[in-house]
Amino acid sequence: MADKTLDARGLSCPQPVLLLMENMKKMGRGSIEVVVDTITSRENVVRAAAMEGWKVSQEEESDQGYKILLEK
Amino acid sequence: MKGNFFSTRWGIVGVGASIGLLAPLLQKLGNPANMGICVACMERDIAGSLGFHRAAVVQYLRPEILGFVLGAFLSALAFREFRPRGGSAPVARFLLGVCAMVGALVFLGCPWRALLRLAGGDGNAILGLAGLATGIWIGTLFFKGGYSLGRSNAQSVSVGLLLPILMGGLLLLRIIYPPVEGQPSSGILFYSLQGPGAAKAPLLISLGAGLLIGILAQRSRFCTMGGIRDLILFRQWHLFSGMIALVVVAWVVNLILGQFHPGFEKQPVAHSQHFWNFAGMMVAGLAFALAGGCPGRQLFMAGEGDNDAGIFVLGMIVGAAVAHNFGLASSPQGIGAHGITAVVLALAACLFIGFTNLKKA
Repeated sequence: MADKTLDARGLSCPQPVLLLMENMKKMGRGSIEVVVDTITSRENVVRAAAMEGWKVSQEEESDQGYKILLEK
Repeated sequence: MKGNFFSTRWGIVGVGASIGLLAPLLQKLGNPANMGICVACMERDIAGSLGFHRAAVVQYLRPEILGFVLGAFLSALAFREFRPRGGSAPVARFLLGVCAMVGALVFLGCPWRALLRLAGGDGNAILGLAGLATGIWIGTLFFKGGYSLGRSNAQSVSVGLLLPILMGGLLLLRIIYPPVEGQPSSGILFYSLQGPGAAKAPLLISLGAGLLIGILAQRSRFCTMGGIRDLILFRQWHLFSGMIALVVVAWVVNLILGQFHPGFEKQPVAHSQHFWNFAGMMVAGLAFALAGGCPGRQLFMAGEGDNDAGIFVLGMIVGAAVAHNFGLASSPQGIGAHGITAVVLALAACLFIGFTNLKKA
Protein backbone atom coordinates (compact mmCIF):
# COMPACT_ATOMS: atom_id res chain seq x y z
CA MET A 1 0.00 0.00 0.00
CA ALA A 2 1.46 3.34 -1.06
CA ASP A 3 1.82 6.23 1.41
CA LYS A 4 -0.20 8.35 -0.98
CA THR A 5 -2.48 7.69 -3.96
CA LEU A 6 -3.03 10.34 -6.63
CA ASP A 7 -5.87 10.00 -9.12
CA ALA A 8 -4.88 12.10 -12.13
CA ARG A 9 -7.22 10.42 -14.59
CA GLY A 10 -8.89 12.79 -17.04
CA LEU A 11 -6.73 15.75 -16.11
CA SER A 12 -5.10 17.55 -19.04
CA CYS A 13 -1.47 18.65 -19.22
CA PRO A 14 0.29 19.75 -17.04
CA GLN A 15 -2.02 18.94 -14.12
CA PRO A 16 -0.96 15.30 -13.49
CA VAL A 17 2.70 16.34 -13.24
CA LEU A 18 1.87 19.40 -11.10
CA LEU A 19 -0.10 17.22 -8.71
CA LEU A 20 2.75 14.73 -8.49
CA MET A 21 5.45 17.41 -8.09
CA GLU A 22 3.49 19.03 -5.27
CA ASN A 23 3.22 15.72 -3.43
CA MET A 24 6.81 14.62 -4.07
CA LYS A 25 8.03 17.91 -2.63
CA LYS A 26 5.68 17.68 0.36
CA MET A 27 6.63 14.09 1.17
CA GLY A 28 10.35 14.21 0.45
CA ARG A 29 10.48 10.42 0.31
CA GLY A 30 8.20 7.43 0.60
CA SER A 31 5.86 5.84 -1.94
CA ILE A 32 3.26 7.39 -4.21
CA GLU A 33 0.80 5.58 -6.44
CA VAL A 34 -0.29 7.63 -9.44
CA VAL A 35 -3.22 6.66 -11.64
CA VAL A 36 -3.42 8.25 -15.09
CA ASP A 37 -5.53 7.45 -18.15
CA THR A 38 -3.32 8.35 -21.10
CA ILE A 39 0.08 7.18 -22.23
CA THR A 40 1.22 10.81 -22.47
CA SER A 41 0.43 11.41 -18.79
CA ARG A 42 2.18 8.15 -17.92
CA GLU A 43 5.34 9.24 -19.73
CA ASN A 44 5.20 12.72 -18.21
CA VAL A 45 4.73 11.32 -14.69
CA VAL A 46 7.63 8.87 -15.04
CA ARG A 47 9.88 11.60 -16.50
CA ALA A 48 9.04 14.09 -13.74
CA ALA A 49 9.56 11.44 -11.05
CA ALA A 50 12.97 10.53 -12.46
CA MET A 51 13.94 14.21 -12.43
CA GLU A 52 13.23 14.32 -8.70
CA GLY A 53 15.06 11.04 -8.02
CA TRP A 54 11.98 8.84 -7.60
CA LYS A 55 11.97 5.34 -9.11
CA VAL A 56 9.16 3.35 -10.70
CA SER A 57 8.89 0.21 -8.59
CA GLN A 58 5.73 -1.21 -10.09
CA GLU A 59 3.48 -0.53 -13.04
CA GLU A 60 0.13 -1.89 -14.12
CA GLU A 61 -1.84 -1.26 -17.29
CA SER A 62 -5.58 -1.83 -17.52
CA ASP A 63 -8.59 -0.57 -19.47
CA GLN A 64 -8.83 2.24 -16.92
CA GLY A 65 -5.31 3.46 -17.64
CA TYR A 66 -1.96 3.15 -15.89
CA LYS A 67 -1.18 2.63 -12.23
CA ILE A 68 2.40 3.65 -11.41
CA LEU A 69 4.03 3.06 -8.03
CA LEU A 70 6.86 5.51 -7.35
CA GLU A 71 9.35 5.22 -4.51
CA LYS A 72 12.23 7.20 -3.06
CA MET B 1 10.77 5.68 -21.89
CA LYS B 2 10.01 2.01 -22.15
CA GLY B 3 9.31 0.91 -25.71
CA ASN B 4 8.96 4.38 -27.19
CA PHE B 5 12.13 5.91 -28.55
CA PHE B 6 10.23 9.01 -29.65
CA SER B 7 9.46 10.07 -26.09
CA THR B 8 13.16 10.13 -25.18
CA ARG B 9 15.29 13.29 -25.44
CA TRP B 10 16.78 12.14 -28.75
CA GLY B 11 13.34 11.16 -29.96
CA ILE B 12 11.85 14.61 -29.43
CA VAL B 13 14.97 16.27 -30.88
CA GLY B 14 14.65 14.02 -33.94
CA VAL B 15 11.00 14.93 -34.40
CA GLY B 16 11.72 18.67 -34.03
CA ALA B 17 14.53 18.31 -36.55
CA SER B 18 12.25 16.43 -38.97
CA ILE B 19 9.67 19.22 -38.83
CA GLY B 20 12.51 21.74 -39.24
CA LEU B 21 13.55 19.89 -42.39
CA LEU B 22 10.11 19.31 -43.89
CA ALA B 23 8.70 22.83 -43.39
CA PRO B 24 11.30 24.74 -45.47
CA LEU B 25 11.10 21.98 -48.10
CA LEU B 26 7.32 22.40 -48.31
CA GLN B 27 7.96 26.11 -48.76
CA LYS B 28 10.45 25.35 -51.54
CA LEU B 29 7.87 23.08 -53.17
CA GLY B 30 5.18 25.75 -53.20
CA ASN B 31 3.87 26.63 -49.73
CA PRO B 32 3.95 30.32 -48.73
CA ALA B 33 7.16 31.93 -47.48
CA ASN B 34 8.10 31.15 -43.87
CA MET B 35 4.87 29.16 -43.83
CA GLY B 36 5.97 25.68 -44.82
CA ILE B 37 3.77 24.69 -41.92
CA CYS B 38 1.56 26.94 -39.85
CA VAL B 39 -1.34 25.36 -38.02
CA ALA B 40 -3.19 28.65 -37.51
CA CYS B 41 -2.70 29.90 -41.08
CA MET B 42 -3.55 26.53 -42.57
CA GLU B 43 -6.73 26.18 -40.52
CA ARG B 44 -7.57 29.73 -41.57
CA ASP B 45 -7.08 28.70 -45.20
CA ILE B 46 -9.35 25.69 -44.63
CA ALA B 47 -12.04 27.99 -43.20
CA GLY B 48 -11.66 30.08 -46.36
CA SER B 49 -11.82 27.11 -48.72
CA LEU B 50 -15.12 26.09 -47.12
CA GLY B 51 -16.50 29.61 -47.45
CA PHE B 52 -16.69 30.28 -43.70
CA HIS B 53 -14.92 33.54 -44.53
CA ARG B 54 -14.44 35.09 -47.95
CA ALA B 55 -10.97 36.64 -47.74
CA ALA B 56 -9.97 35.83 -51.31
CA VAL B 57 -6.23 35.50 -50.66
CA VAL B 58 -6.43 32.85 -47.93
CA GLN B 59 -8.58 30.04 -49.28
CA TYR B 60 -7.15 26.56 -49.65
CA LEU B 61 -8.07 23.25 -48.09
CA ARG B 62 -4.59 22.54 -46.71
CA PRO B 63 -3.87 18.79 -46.85
CA GLU B 64 -1.14 19.13 -44.18
CA ILE B 65 -3.73 19.74 -41.43
CA LEU B 66 -5.83 16.78 -42.55
CA GLY B 67 -2.62 14.71 -42.60
CA PHE B 68 -1.74 15.78 -39.05
CA VAL B 69 -5.00 14.43 -37.64
CA LEU B 70 -5.11 11.33 -39.84
CA GLY B 71 -1.42 10.51 -39.23
CA ALA B 72 -1.87 10.85 -35.47
CA PHE B 73 -5.03 8.73 -35.73
CA LEU B 74 -3.27 5.92 -37.62
CA SER B 75 -0.30 6.06 -35.26
CA ALA B 76 -2.55 5.96 -32.19
CA LEU B 77 -4.40 2.96 -33.64
CA ALA B 78 -1.19 1.13 -34.55
CA PHE B 79 0.33 1.61 -31.10
CA ARG B 80 -2.91 0.99 -29.20
CA GLU B 81 -3.02 4.56 -27.96
CA PHE B 82 -6.38 5.51 -29.48
CA ARG B 83 -8.42 6.44 -26.40
CA PRO B 84 -11.75 8.21 -27.00
CA ARG B 85 -12.20 10.78 -24.25
CA GLY B 86 -13.77 14.19 -23.68
CA GLY B 87 -16.37 16.15 -21.77
CA SER B 88 -14.10 18.62 -19.97
CA ALA B 89 -15.69 22.06 -20.31
CA PRO B 90 -16.30 21.88 -24.08
CA VAL B 91 -17.63 25.43 -24.55
CA ALA B 92 -14.70 26.91 -22.63
CA ARG B 93 -12.30 24.93 -24.82
CA PHE B 94 -14.15 26.01 -27.97
CA LEU B 95 -13.84 29.67 -26.91
CA LEU B 96 -10.17 29.22 -26.04
CA GLY B 97 -9.73 27.91 -29.59
CA VAL B 98 -11.47 31.01 -30.98
CA CYS B 99 -9.30 33.32 -28.81
CA ALA B 100 -6.13 31.45 -29.75
CA MET B 101 -6.86 31.90 -33.45
CA VAL B 102 -7.81 35.57 -33.06
CA GLY B 103 -4.50 36.23 -31.25
CA ALA B 104 -2.48 34.18 -33.70
CA LEU B 105 -3.96 36.05 -36.67
CA VAL B 106 -3.01 39.40 -35.14
CA PHE B 107 0.60 38.17 -35.13
CA LEU B 108 0.10 36.14 -38.34
CA GLY B 109 1.15 32.69 -37.27
CA CYS B 110 0.97 29.92 -34.73
CA PRO B 111 3.95 29.00 -32.51
CA TRP B 112 5.24 26.68 -35.26
CA ARG B 113 5.24 29.54 -37.75
CA ALA B 114 6.78 31.88 -35.19
CA LEU B 115 9.72 29.46 -35.01
CA LEU B 116 9.81 29.08 -38.79
CA ARG B 117 9.67 32.85 -39.29
CA LEU B 118 12.62 33.20 -36.94
CA ALA B 119 14.46 30.49 -38.87
CA GLY B 120 13.75 32.43 -42.07
CA GLY B 121 15.28 35.60 -40.63
CA ASP B 122 12.06 37.45 -39.76
CA GLY B 123 12.96 39.52 -36.69
CA ASN B 124 9.29 40.26 -35.97
CA ALA B 125 9.02 36.65 -34.84
CA ILE B 126 11.11 37.56 -31.77
CA LEU B 127 8.26 39.80 -30.57
CA GLY B 128 5.75 37.04 -31.29
CA LEU B 129 7.80 34.44 -29.42
CA ALA B 130 8.28 36.81 -26.48
CA GLY B 131 4.51 37.35 -26.41
CA LEU B 132 3.93 33.60 -26.64
CA ALA B 133 6.24 32.94 -23.70
CA THR B 134 4.58 35.71 -21.69
CA GLY B 135 1.11 34.31 -22.35
CA ILE B 136 2.25 30.83 -21.37
CA TRP B 137 3.88 32.25 -18.23
CA ILE B 138 0.54 33.84 -17.27
CA GLY B 139 -1.01 30.42 -17.90
CA THR B 140 1.45 28.77 -15.50
CA LEU B 141 0.37 31.25 -12.80
CA PHE B 142 -3.18 30.02 -13.25
CA PHE B 143 -2.04 26.41 -13.00
CA LYS B 144 -0.10 27.18 -9.83
CA GLY B 145 -3.29 28.73 -8.46
CA GLY B 146 -5.21 25.50 -9.07
CA TYR B 147 -6.69 26.20 -12.51
CA SER B 148 -8.46 23.23 -14.06
CA LEU B 149 -11.21 22.79 -16.61
CA GLY B 150 -12.16 19.54 -14.90
CA ARG B 151 -11.64 15.93 -15.79
CA SER B 152 -12.40 14.35 -19.13
CA ASN B 153 -14.17 11.00 -19.26
CA ALA B 154 -13.96 7.96 -21.48
CA GLN B 155 -16.20 8.28 -24.55
CA SER B 156 -17.53 5.80 -27.07
CA VAL B 157 -15.31 4.75 -29.95
CA SER B 158 -17.63 6.45 -32.44
CA VAL B 159 -17.27 9.79 -30.62
CA GLY B 160 -13.48 9.46 -30.71
CA LEU B 161 -13.65 8.75 -34.42
CA LEU B 162 -15.64 11.87 -35.30
CA LEU B 163 -12.79 14.32 -35.91
CA PRO B 164 -10.63 11.85 -37.88
CA ILE B 165 -13.73 11.04 -39.98
CA LEU B 166 -14.38 14.76 -40.49
CA MET B 167 -10.80 15.25 -41.68
CA GLY B 168 -11.11 12.21 -43.94
CA GLY B 169 -14.28 13.75 -45.39
CA LEU B 170 -12.48 17.03 -46.08
CA LEU B 171 -9.72 15.11 -47.84
CA LEU B 172 -12.37 13.46 -49.98
CA LEU B 173 -13.74 16.93 -50.89
CA ARG B 174 -10.24 18.05 -51.86
CA ILE B 175 -9.94 15.04 -54.17
CA ILE B 176 -13.44 15.39 -55.66
CA TYR B 177 -13.07 19.16 -56.21
CA PRO B 178 -9.42 19.80 -57.16
CA PRO B 179 -8.25 23.32 -58.00
CA VAL B 180 -8.99 24.42 -61.56
CA GLU B 181 -6.43 26.72 -63.23
CA GLY B 182 -7.62 30.33 -63.08
CA GLN B 183 -10.89 29.51 -61.29
CA PRO B 184 -11.71 30.89 -57.80
CA SER B 185 -13.79 27.84 -56.94
CA SER B 186 -14.21 24.19 -57.75
CA GLY B 187 -17.47 22.54 -56.74
CA ILE B 188 -18.15 23.64 -53.18
CA LEU B 189 -14.53 24.60 -52.43
CA PHE B 190 -13.00 28.06 -52.82
CA TYR B 191 -9.46 28.53 -54.10
CA SER B 192 -7.25 31.61 -53.93
CA LEU B 193 -5.86 32.84 -57.23
CA GLN B 194 -3.27 35.03 -55.54
CA GLY B 195 -1.72 35.63 -52.13
CA PRO B 196 -0.66 32.99 -49.62
CA GLY B 197 -3.74 30.86 -50.34
CA ALA B 198 -2.54 30.37 -53.92
CA ALA B 199 0.90 29.17 -52.78
CA LYS B 200 0.75 25.45 -52.31
CA ALA B 201 2.92 22.37 -52.56
CA PRO B 202 1.51 19.46 -54.64
CA LEU B 203 -1.33 17.56 -52.93
CA LEU B 204 0.50 14.27 -52.38
CA ILE B 205 3.58 15.96 -50.98
CA SER B 206 1.54 18.12 -48.61
CA LEU B 207 -0.55 15.18 -47.50
CA GLY B 208 2.48 12.90 -47.16
CA ALA B 209 4.37 15.44 -45.06
CA GLY B 210 1.26 15.98 -42.93
CA LEU B 211 0.79 12.25 -42.35
CA LEU B 212 4.47 11.77 -41.49
CA ILE B 213 4.49 14.68 -39.04
CA GLY B 214 1.19 13.45 -37.57
CA ILE B 215 2.73 10.06 -36.87
CA LEU B 216 6.01 11.46 -35.48
CA ALA B 217 4.31 14.08 -33.32
CA GLN B 218 1.79 11.59 -31.96
CA ARG B 219 4.60 9.25 -30.93
CA SER B 220 6.75 12.01 -29.42
CA ARG B 221 3.96 14.24 -27.95
CA PHE B 222 5.67 17.21 -29.65
CA CYS B 223 4.19 20.45 -28.29
CA THR B 224 5.55 23.97 -28.65
CA MET B 225 3.42 25.48 -25.89
CA GLY B 226 4.34 22.56 -23.64
CA GLY B 227 8.03 23.16 -24.34
CA ILE B 228 7.89 26.69 -22.96
CA ARG B 229 5.42 25.79 -20.20
CA ASP B 230 7.46 22.88 -18.85
CA LEU B 231 10.59 25.00 -18.88
CA ILE B 232 8.88 27.72 -16.81
CA LEU B 233 6.92 25.39 -14.55
CA PHE B 234 9.31 22.46 -13.99
CA ARG B 235 12.69 23.65 -15.38
CA GLN B 236 12.29 20.68 -17.73
CA TRP B 237 13.96 20.90 -21.15
CA HIS B 238 12.43 17.82 -22.76
CA LEU B 239 9.83 19.34 -25.12
CA PHE B 240 11.79 22.59 -25.46
CA SER B 241 14.74 20.69 -26.92
CA GLY B 242 12.44 19.63 -29.77
CA MET B 243 11.64 23.29 -30.48
CA ILE B 244 15.33 24.21 -30.52
CA ALA B 245 16.00 21.37 -32.98
CA LEU B 246 13.17 22.65 -35.19
CA VAL B 247 14.57 26.19 -35.35
CA VAL B 248 18.19 25.16 -35.88
CA VAL B 249 17.44 22.64 -38.63
CA ALA B 250 14.94 24.96 -40.36
CA TRP B 251 17.51 27.76 -40.25
CA VAL B 252 20.21 25.56 -41.82
CA VAL B 253 17.83 24.26 -44.50
CA ASN B 254 16.70 27.84 -45.24
CA LEU B 255 20.34 28.88 -45.63
CA ILE B 256 20.97 26.01 -48.04
CA LEU B 257 17.81 26.74 -50.05
CA GLY B 258 18.42 30.50 -50.12
CA GLN B 259 15.32 31.15 -48.02
CA PHE B 260 17.04 33.03 -45.16
CA HIS B 261 16.46 36.80 -45.34
CA PRO B 262 17.27 38.55 -42.06
CA GLY B 263 15.45 41.77 -41.13
CA PHE B 264 12.24 43.27 -39.81
CA GLU B 265 10.79 45.09 -42.81
CA LYS B 266 9.06 43.52 -45.82
CA GLN B 267 9.11 40.03 -44.35
CA PRO B 268 6.66 37.64 -46.05
CA VAL B 269 3.11 37.55 -44.65
CA ALA B 270 4.19 39.59 -41.63
CA HIS B 271 3.91 43.12 -40.24
CA SER B 272 6.20 45.14 -37.99
CA GLN B 273 3.80 46.52 -35.39
CA HIS B 274 5.90 45.20 -32.56
CA PHE B 275 3.49 45.69 -29.69
CA TRP B 276 0.65 43.93 -31.49
CA ASN B 277 2.88 41.09 -32.62
CA PHE B 278 3.70 40.64 -28.95
CA ALA B 279 0.15 41.11 -27.66
CA GLY B 280 -1.48 38.86 -30.27
CA MET B 281 0.80 35.97 -29.43
CA MET B 282 0.47 36.64 -25.70
CA VAL B 283 -3.26 36.04 -25.97
CA ALA B 284 -2.70 32.96 -28.14
CA GLY B 285 -0.08 31.61 -25.70
CA LEU B 286 -2.43 32.05 -22.75
CA ALA B 287 -5.25 30.31 -24.63
CA PHE B 288 -2.99 27.39 -25.63
CA ALA B 289 -1.76 27.04 -22.04
CA LEU B 290 -5.25 27.10 -20.56
CA ALA B 291 -6.38 24.50 -23.12
CA GLY B 292 -3.36 22.25 -22.51
CA GLY B 293 -1.62 22.21 -25.88
CA CYS B 294 -0.33 24.19 -28.85
CA PRO B 295 -2.50 24.11 -32.00
CA GLY B 296 -0.43 21.29 -33.49
CA ARG B 297 -0.67 19.20 -30.35
CA GLN B 298 -4.44 19.76 -30.26
CA LEU B 299 -4.67 18.26 -33.77
CA PHE B 300 -2.59 15.23 -32.75
CA MET B 301 -4.62 14.67 -29.58
CA ALA B 302 -7.80 14.98 -31.64
CA GLY B 303 -6.42 12.17 -33.79
CA GLU B 304 -5.93 10.07 -30.63
CA GLY B 305 -9.67 10.38 -29.92
CA ASP B 306 -9.53 13.41 -27.60
CA ASN B 307 -12.77 15.34 -28.11
CA ASP B 308 -11.65 18.19 -25.87
CA ALA B 309 -8.79 18.80 -28.30
CA GLY B 310 -11.23 18.32 -31.20
CA ILE B 311 -13.53 21.07 -29.94
CA PHE B 312 -10.50 23.38 -29.56
CA VAL B 313 -9.59 22.70 -33.21
CA LEU B 314 -13.14 23.52 -34.32
CA GLY B 315 -12.95 26.67 -32.19
CA MET B 316 -9.79 27.69 -34.03
CA ILE B 317 -11.41 27.17 -37.44
CA VAL B 318 -14.45 29.21 -36.41
CA GLY B 319 -12.08 31.77 -34.86
CA ALA B 320 -10.42 32.18 -38.26
CA ALA B 321 -13.79 32.87 -39.86
CA VAL B 322 -14.62 35.40 -37.13
CA ALA B 323 -11.20 37.05 -37.52
CA HIS B 324 -11.56 37.53 -41.27
CA ASN B 325 -15.28 38.34 -41.35
CA PHE B 326 -14.98 41.10 -38.75
CA GLY B 327 -11.65 42.69 -39.67
CA LEU B 328 -9.71 41.30 -36.70
CA ALA B 329 -6.91 39.62 -38.65
CA SER B 330 -3.72 41.44 -39.58
CA SER B 331 -2.24 41.71 -43.05
CA PRO B 332 1.26 42.69 -44.23
CA GLN B 333 -0.04 46.30 -44.01
CA GLY B 334 -0.56 45.95 -40.25
CA ILE B 335 -3.26 45.02 -37.79
CA GLY B 336 -6.90 44.80 -38.89
CA ALA B 337 -9.51 47.54 -38.38
CA HIS B 338 -10.76 45.86 -35.20
CA GLY B 339 -7.53 44.03 -34.26
CA ILE B 340 -7.02 45.98 -31.04
CA THR B 341 -10.57 45.36 -29.82
CA ALA B 342 -10.13 41.69 -30.71
CA VAL B 343 -6.93 41.34 -28.64
CA VAL B 344 -8.57 43.04 -25.63
CA LEU B 345 -11.73 40.93 -25.83
CA ALA B 346 -9.85 37.67 -26.39
CA LEU B 347 -7.56 38.43 -23.44
CA ALA B 348 -10.59 39.23 -21.29
CA ALA B 349 -12.25 35.95 -22.28
CA CYS B 350 -9.11 33.94 -21.45
CA LEU B 351 -8.73 35.70 -18.10
CA PHE B 352 -12.40 35.08 -17.31
CA ILE B 353 -12.01 31.37 -18.06
CA GLY B 354 -8.77 31.30 -16.05
CA PHE B 355 -10.01 33.10 -12.94
CA THR B 356 -13.37 31.34 -12.79
CA ASN B 357 -11.78 27.89 -12.91
CA LEU B 358 -9.35 28.19 -10.02
CA LYS B 359 -10.35 25.16 -7.97
CA LYS B 360 -8.17 25.80 -4.95
CA ALA B 361 -9.06 29.44 -4.45
